[in-house]
Amino acid sequence: MSGHVFHPGHQELHGVTVVLETHGARTYVGRFDSQDERGVHMHDVGVHDAAAAASKEEFLRRCDKFGIRPEHRDLLVPADDVASITRLVDALR
Amino acid sequence: MPYNPALVAPMREEMTHMGARELTTSAEVDAAIGDQKGTMLVFVNSVCGCAAGNARPALRLALQHGSRPQQVVTVFAGQDVDATARARQYFADYQPSSPSIALLRDGEVVHFVHRHQIEGRSPQSVAADLTAAFDRHFAAAV
Repeated sequence: MSGHVFHPGHQELHGVTVVLETHGARTYVGRFDSQDERGVHMHDVGVHDAAAAASKEEFLRRCDKFGIRPEHRDLLVPADDVASITRLVDALR
Repeated sequence: MPYNPALVAPMREEMTHMGARELTTSAEVDAAIGDQKGTMLVFVNSVCGCAAGNARPALRLALQHGSRPQQVVTVFAGQDVDATARARQYFADYQPSSPSIALLRDGEVVHFVHRHQIEGRSPQSVAADLTAAFDRHFAAAV
């Protein structure tokens, strides 16, 4: 695993707040825990649905300013549904 | 469940050595933040190595800056649970995360740094953002 791993023995993004885009309408924002054959495990996860009144960009900006309102304490996003994973701070650039 | 006190002791000492006052009970939080006048920084401490390991050194660097908060207080998430929950009521518009940093002026939050704005960044980089916020919000108060 390349990069600066803050928690020895964990994956590079462990503990980092990420934006997980799915192949569907949902976007998840929360702390990355790990990724395995089942999918991506996250904690304290906020959710944006493409059908929501606020755009995904507005949702992310609000997460940045006011923090993430968790809808899931723990979440497993199935591997087949994961389109991309980006650090929240990078997604906002 | 609170962490082993021996584990968090160095993290507490890191804060008190830089001049922060620990608030360990709800009553201490109310006494410090309730009806607060002037400028204050509230640091929500954490054992998390991803972010708190950089946040504390960043704060130490930032507090050497010319403009700085008149008071610095800290609560410890996951350790002083009641005090942390009470402190968060004073910045309830912001979702809880730890570590995090609230800058207050006369009891109003004027700037907030979330955990995700600290993760993976160097102490120098976080300190630069903090000192910019100090200049923006606290310069006239020093």
